[in-house]
Amino acid sequence: MSAFSIEVLLALLGLAIVLAAAFLPAVSQRTLAWTGIAGSVVALLLLCGASHAESSLPAFVAPYYSLDTLSLFYKAFALVITALVLWLIAESDSTLSNYSADGKLGELVGLPLIVCTGMMWMASAKDLVTVFVSLELVTVAFYVLVAYTRKSALSLEAGVKYLILGAAATGVLVFGAAWVYGATGSLSFEGIAKGVQNAAVNKSVLLFGIAFLLAGLGFKVAAAPFHMWVPDVYQGAPTPVTAFLSVGSKASGFIVLTRVIDALLANGSRVTSEVTNLLLISAAITVLLGSLPAIFQTSVKRLLAYSSISHAGFLLLALASRSSARFDITSGGVVAFYLATYLPMTVLAFFVLCVLRRQGIGDSLDELKGLGRRSPLLALLLTIAMASLAGLPLTAGFLGKMLVFVAAVDHGYWGVIGCAVIGAAAGFYYYFKVILAIYTSEGTTEEPVTVSIASKAIATALAAIILILGLYPRPLQKVLAAPAAASVALGK
Amino acid sequence: MSPLEIVIFLPIVASLAIWLGAPARITSITAALINLLIIGGIALGFDGSKLAPGEFAHVSSRVVLENPAISFAVGIDGMSLILALLTTLVTFAAVWQIVAEKDKVFHIASLLISAGALGAFLSTDIFFLYAFHELALIPTFLMIALHGHGDQATRRAVAWKITVYLGLGSLVLLAGLAALVLNLSEGPTLTFDVTALAHKSASLPAATQAWIFFVLLLGFGTLVSLFPMHSWAAPAYATAPTSVAMLHAGVLKKFGLYGLLRIALPLLPLGAQAQWVQQALLLMLLGNILVMGLVTIHQDRLDDMLANSSVMHMGYIFLGIAAGTELALKGAVVLMFAHGVSIALSFALCGRMRNQLGTLEFDKLGGLATHAPLLTVIFAFAAFASIGLPGLANFAGEVMVFLGTFDSKLWSPEKLNALQWTTILSLWGVVISAVYMLRAYRKIFFGTAASGLYMKDPAFSQRVPLVLLAAVLLIVGCCPGTLLDLIKTAWAAAKVAGL
Repeated sequence: MSAFSIEVLLALLGLAIVLAAAFLPAVSQRTLAWTGIAGSVVALLLLCGASHAESSLPAFVAPYYSLDTLSLFYKAFALVITALVLWLIAESDSTLSNYSADGKLGELVGLPLIVCTGMMWMASAKDLVTVFVSLELVTVAFYVLVAYTRKSALSLEAGVKYLILGAAATGVLVFGAAWVYGATGSLSFEGIAKGVQNAAVNKSVLLFGIAFLLAGLGFKVAAAPFHMWVPDVYQGAPTPVTAFLSVGSKASGFIVLTRVIDALLANGSRVTSEVTNLLLISAAITVLLGSLPAIFQTSVKRLLAYSSISHAGFLLLALASRSSARFDITSGGVVAFYLATYLPMTVLAFFVLCVLRRQGIGDSLDELKGLGRRSPLLALLLTIAMASLAGLPLTAGFLGKMLVFVAAVDHGYWGVIGCAVIGAAAGFYYYFKVILAIYTSEGTTEEPVTVSIASKAIATALAAIILILGLYPRPLQKVLAAPAAASVALGK
Repeated sequence: MSPLEIVIFLPIVASLAIWLGAPARITSITAALINLLIIGGIALGFDGSKLAPGEFAHVSSRVVLENPAISFAVGIDGMSLILALLTTLVTFAAVWQIVAEKDKVFHIASLLISAGALGAFLSTDIFFLYAFHELALIPTFLMIALHGHGDQATRRAVAWKITVYLGLGSLVLLAGLAALVLNLSEGPTLTFDVTALAHKSASLPAATQAWIFFVLLLGFGTLVSLFPMHSWAAPAYATAPTSVAMLHAGVLKKFGLYGLLRIALPLLPLGAQAQWVQQALLLMLLGNILVMGLVTIHQDRLDDMLANSSVMHMGYIFLGIAAGTELALKGAVVLMFAHGVSIALSFALCGRMRNQLGTLEFDKLGGLATHAPLLTVIFAFAAFASIGLPGLANFAGEVMVFLGTFDSKLWSPEKLNALQWTTILSLWGVVISAVYMLRAYRKIFFGTAASGLYMKDPAFSQRVPLVLLAAVLLIVGCCPGTLLDLIKTAWAAAKVAGL
């Protein structure tokens, strides 16, 4: 079975779940959610067993579909985050169905699988058309997901904002792609890589197109100055969807960005300095505009939204710090590593928020007070997640940040490093604000928070992954060793 | 498994056990005692002269990441052995003196700080050396914010101040260490191993060494409260719960100095000698000794005074580092140990007084000697050690530092240079110490109390940590050779003294 057919089956499963939710009212929503989780896990196992040779692909897709390690990594990443998001949805079904239009969760359970298909496909994109189609598959499904709990005004507002800005960003992206095509005569990354080396290509036209292309992608990954939508949408969307946006949507944006930047900064590229500067400037302001406003947030969800912006800044800095001869982790590898560490800590943080929401506890910092006594386990898990988000050593978050810093220092990007240091220092402040709130004694109630055994086990496993990756990242590095080689090959 | 790994992970396991419900006091004291015995055993069997310079004993290494090459590598030489002894000793005293049995969080925090400090001192890989120190900082922040003294707004403000200062300092340090690793790694693979990095240090241009050394000085310096990055320290110690103040002021703060001695000096020997770096360091350490000395004199509460004096005394250790001669560096190590023990003892006594008297203002206290003769004697040990009275540990260290700056390689009798002038000015710091310590001693223990407050000597079991620390001050003070034997060869190769 080829990787491609797994994606087709996954999309079919997603459709089946949506149909079942509509026509089989006897099947409970939790069952549907767990079917989706089982489907993603089976797909993950199939993906591990599937042939990784491009020759295994059907002939009609083979020219547009890459199967390098980086694609496989992001495919697995998409499946993992989808399964975890469905788990979060199952955890908070009672809260969510209170706010949905018909009191049910049908599409909310089915659509994540469609999103997952889009993300998996995007990981294999070899040209801008595939990128566009798969990106739209993801984005359109997200329009529905964000506004799903539409009895809540915030969710509705988030949905409208995301729809309008997302549509505009897509327009900008396509506009940019058209100009790049006009300049280089190619839509495939390989062709664009050749085009940027070609002295005959009109550089102004090319740069004009690149600027729009990067602006469109910047919106998807929440890079400044295209980040304005993030806080409102993250706060308004149902919490599991926020987690999905924060991890899944960001990761799929970055896989595309990695491919595009690899092409644009191929050896001998004539636009190297312009594109690098664009990335560096965006990285610097993204980190600052993400971390500094985060200091003043009182809602944990909004705080995590700003933190997600700030993490995008670090990822952009990683992308700008191209591999040099002596540093054999490529920028794409660093980005993938960073995202892999970002996944467990973000999901864990949102999991705690989901559980608390079910108990009627909101997401403001004040309402977190006393959690340390109401549920020592949840408090410890949230502490680990926050410590890792802050980038404290011995957690996974530190290694990601360290690799970014080392690569940037290697290039001597001191100005941006200065901004990143300020951002990381601000991070210490706002993440610790959450930890402090948890352990502050004056809570409004002493009622213990209940969590099911299965959820406890999954959440503890996520926390364990954070700590293990922080102490022993070698397995992850081995997985990523090959994409390093692959993206360098593309660069050449 | 190396015994050093056991020493590092035992406190973590113990704190996890306490979190899960093991009896807090017994578990933490047992863990601290086992650690003290293991490190004591290593010290007894340790022959400093058998280790070549730059070589470590009891090494063990586990690869964590291949490129950049990071290993969980531990090893011990004379200097780290002395600091590990200090850590285990102070940890034992600190967990013993915790009386609030109900709050197991005090035990957990103390053990975690101890594990972080031990990990930092025993790691021979820069990555883990840095990482363990950060691990120790988290419980420090949390304990100050949640269980510190004073009202909530004050301790929150203090906790934020130290979080931001130390967080920023750590990031500057991280940038400096990254620059160090990038510049000193041989071949295509980046390495974090202290020994491997040393190979290339001689060939690095002096100008590069100078600026990396300066960045490291700022980073490590912030963690040690080097003037003018010191303002977090005094309020933090005055606010922190007793065991945290003992462990941070006594042990964890030495990490910055240890980092300079372990990493910056041997790997960047030319950077340390660059004139502008040297002059900047001398100015900053004078700030510590003189400015902070005068600030300390003006304190009217015991905890504020002790906290500021701890900032001030860092100046002498920096003076030893600035001199860079073998004698001065050895003096700096002895002084690190001595200051750690004496300040931990001071904070233990201070915490006891706060609990029993409810106030630490000099104006309200007096005449405690009448009812608490033992406390009076023990406090005298701590105070006199801090002044630098001969016979107590600090004296040995200070004298070696001062004499080290007049090493024959560094000066000619015709003309004093900046270093010697700094030493001469620093000597006034000893006078300043004497002024505030003796005044505090007189006001607290003699005369009559304006408020009528008095306290009794502690119960027998609570005397253990106090007597233990005081005895160590006396033993090391009378025979500093016990420590110096351990660091016989530590600097023969680095030859930082080649000024």
